Amino acid sequence: MTTQAQPAYAGNHSAGDDGTQPPIFYETEAHEHDHSSGGTMLGFWIYLMSDALIFATLFATYGVMSTSYAGGPAPSQIFALPLVALNTAMLLISSITCGMGMIAMEEGKKGATQLWFAITFLFGAAFVGIELYEFAELIHEGATPMRSGFLSAFFTLVGTHGLHVTVGLIWILVMLVQIQQRGLVPENRRRMMCLSMFWHLLDVVWIGVFTFVYLLGVLR
Amino acid sequence: MFSESVLKTIFGRLSLESFPIHEPILVATFIGVVVLGLGILGAVTKYKLWGYLWTEWFTSVDHKKIGIMYMILGVIMLLRGFADAIMMRAQQALSFGANEGYLNAHHFDQVFTAHGTIMIFFVAIPLVVGIVNYVMPLQIGARDVAFPFLNNFSFWLTVAGAMLVMVSLFVGEFSRGGWLNYVPVTNLQNSPDTGPDYYLWALQIAGVGTTLSGINMVVTIIKMRAPGMTMMKMPVFVWTALCSNVLVIAIFPILTAAFAMLMLDRYAGFNFFTNDLGGNPMMYWNLVWIWGHPEVYVLILPAFGIYSEITSTFTGKRLFGYSSMVYATVVITILSFLVWLHHFFTMGSGASVNSFFGIATMVISIPTGAKIFNWLFTMYRGQIRFELPMQWVVAFLLTFVVGGMTGVMLAIPPADFVLHNSLFLVAHFHNVIIGGVVFALFAAIDYWFPKAFGFKLDPFWGRIHFWGWVIGYWVAWTPMYVAGLMGVTRRLRHLDDATLQPLYIIAGIGVAIIAIGIGAFLIQLIVSVINRDKLRVGNDPWGGRTLEWATSSPPPNYNFAFTPVVHELDAWHDMKERGAKTPNGGYLPIHMPRNTGAGVILSGLAMVLGFAMVWYIWWLAAVAFVGIIAVSIGHTFNYNRDYHIPAEEVAETERAAAVAGA
Repeated sequence: MTTQAQPAYAGNHSAGDDGTQPPIFYETEAHEHDHSSGGTMLGFWIYLMSDALIFATLFATYGVMSTSYAGGPAPSQIFALPLVALNTAMLLISSITCGMGMIAMEEGKKGATQLWFAITFLFGAAFVGIELYEFAELIHEGATPMRSGFLSAFFTLVGTHGLHVTVGLIWILVMLVQIQQRGLVPENRRRMMCLSMFWHLLDVVWIGVFTFVYLLGVLR
Repeated sequence: MFSESVLKTIFGRLSLESFPIHEPILVATFIGVVVLGLGILGAVTKYKLWGYLWTEWFTSVDHKKIGIMYMILGVIMLLRGFADAIMMRAQQALSFGANEGYLNAHHFDQVFTAHGTIMIFFVAIPLVVGIVNYVMPLQIGARDVAFPFLNNFSFWLTVAGAMLVMVSLFVGEFSRGGWLNYVPVTNLQNSPDTGPDYYLWALQIAGVGTTLSGINMVVTIIKMRAPGMTMMKMPVFVWTALCSNVLVIAIFPILTAAFAMLMLDRYAGFNFFTNDLGGNPMMYWNLVWIWGHPEVYVLILPAFGIYSEITSTFTGKRLFGYSSMVYATVVITILSFLVWLHHFFTMGSGASVNSFFGIATMVISIPTGAKIFNWLFTMYRGQIRFELPMQWVVAFLLTFVVGGMTGVMLAIPPADFVLHNSLFLVAHFHNVIIGGVVFALFAAIDYWFPKAFGFKLDPFWGRIHFWGWVIGYWVAWTPMYVAGLMGVTRRLRHLDDATLQPLYIIAGIGVAIIAIGIGAFLIQLIVSVINRDKLRVGNDPWGGRTLEWATSSPPPNYNFAFTPVVHELDAWHDMKERGAKTPNGGYLPIHMPRNTGAGVILSGLAMVLGFAMVWYIWWLAAVAFVGIIAVSIGHTFNYNRDYHIPAEEVAETERAAAVAGA
């Protein structure tokens, strides 16, 4: 490690800076650095990953507590698969209509974008409605979140997902208004991109919920 | 006349008994805080500073101002956390045999909980985030962070959390569950009071801020580096900031989820961490430590970055083993996720699990050791200038290595069965956090202060500050190592064995020496401001090597009139070597983000929400919650978020800076 004793940087310039031309040390030309758009997408991706970690924690907790019935009901006694299947269909269809809305946005069709997202809203609202109905039924049967560790974990995991869908619904409404006001301006396009990523992530999470909570629960 | 139920509806469980008027210590503190607070508010009003503070600071989206505000928050909270430390040390030095000391158990438990909570969440994190906020964008040649509004919002959320902790001192009480609010102590049946609720709401609110800040910093580093600055040409501090913030994003959601579950237990009767109906208290420990262990690396990695920058600057050499430093940082980042269980080997998870986590923990000492050698080899045969920042580095090397070695001792599961929850452990983590993180933060303040304000900090008081901390640390914590090895457990209010008392008295003397250090730090700041004209320095007072020294001190709000182009690691050193000239004409308009008050308002509402929830004031919580949603949505309707600084104004600013810097 003798090089450390030498004065720093002796003969250490990288290729391209070989002294034939004086290197440029400052950007003096006008070129607008538009960091905002790409940065927002990356930032939103990272946010989604952090949100996914909240779900991961809730999934792990559910995994630990999924048999802590404490003498209360077990999954196969309380899950109504046909209802959950219907609910799953609602959310998956809403993801398709969300995708159609994004295609319309890319084509610059303001009205079609709004229409597709209004339809997405309806399917999303149906999903939340059915979930609330399911919860009400469970509580009516005495399967409350206070009853056992299993039910606490179940209600929290599914409820957190439902809460996210509700936030998505509010977001869709806001975007419908903002598109109406300003059209498909770059800011709104960026926001729609984020909204659609958010919506699709909720779909992915739901597939996990459906598989690991409902299907595996009924099998157990 | 109001009936009982009307009062309950309006005030929740808040009543006159919630105010600790029977605790003389708290009443005296309260009076002191009120007098001081009124004094400050009065002075601000008298000199008509509210408008200035609001437009120039509170609503600012400038990363430099936000960084400075983070530092102020951290230093204020340090005083509070240190006051708790003095109270604990005094109690433990007195309370032997028949003497019960001056704190009852109920109060003492709150003091140690508040001390740990404040020191980690509201001192260490704000100070680290503040330094990263200030320095990192300058080092990568950026004009601001990726999401300037979010940066302001994150700061104010942290303030809201800190305020809630402070309010708990005078209204109700704080948690008694230790700095991670452990169950089963904090289950509703064991702590029906407001303590754990204050803790949970304060940290949930501040935690959201920290997570958002983490996302912001990562995107800034990935997307906004100056042209030519490839990843392997980033300053080491930027690398450590990147890894630290990646960790933040990866761990804070886990803490948020764990705290949310405990909230559901306490507010809605769920059974996550209860002792019956299928609850599992150890799951809480696992979750909070999956957050908690990486968290110490969130703090120490930027500290390592600070030491690297300072060592290289003050030895006048490029850092020894830059790439090994980078790889060591990344390896530590990954390994920090695989060791959480060493915080409770005694849980009883079996020999295989304990062996895995024990070995994984010991492995971390390899990249950390590599770093220590890198710093030593950087200093080897360098032209070391032994100025204040460099003194901290040497003190760190000597202190931290001891802490690292006691850490490896604790990583051995059979040894840990003896040392678990002992003062040996407490001495170990104070050793690494004071000797590692705190020393780095003071070094960073001494090092970058001239960049932020244009004048150096007073070296005389700086030396007293330095020696107070270094000597004080060793006097305070060496006896605790000894007591811990003899089996004394932590968090004890009273001891029967009077033969241990000398150790506690020595520790008390140590904390008094640290108090001298802290006092000297405050005096250093005041003296430096008074003598600022004598201490004024140019843009590059230390012979720096990275880009923050390429702009004026203090930097203009756009940082760089012309974005630097990077060819080498240590870009500024390279520019100086090759005689790079800053253009002094041909300025262009600069695109900048606008200030906004939305962050302050949202955080204020979040604090109200937290307070209302703590006291079961449901109507107020509902109002605050609806307010948060309404303001958030309202904020999205503001499309006018940026502006251009005209070229003439840039030219004027640059001319003025050139005159001041000459």
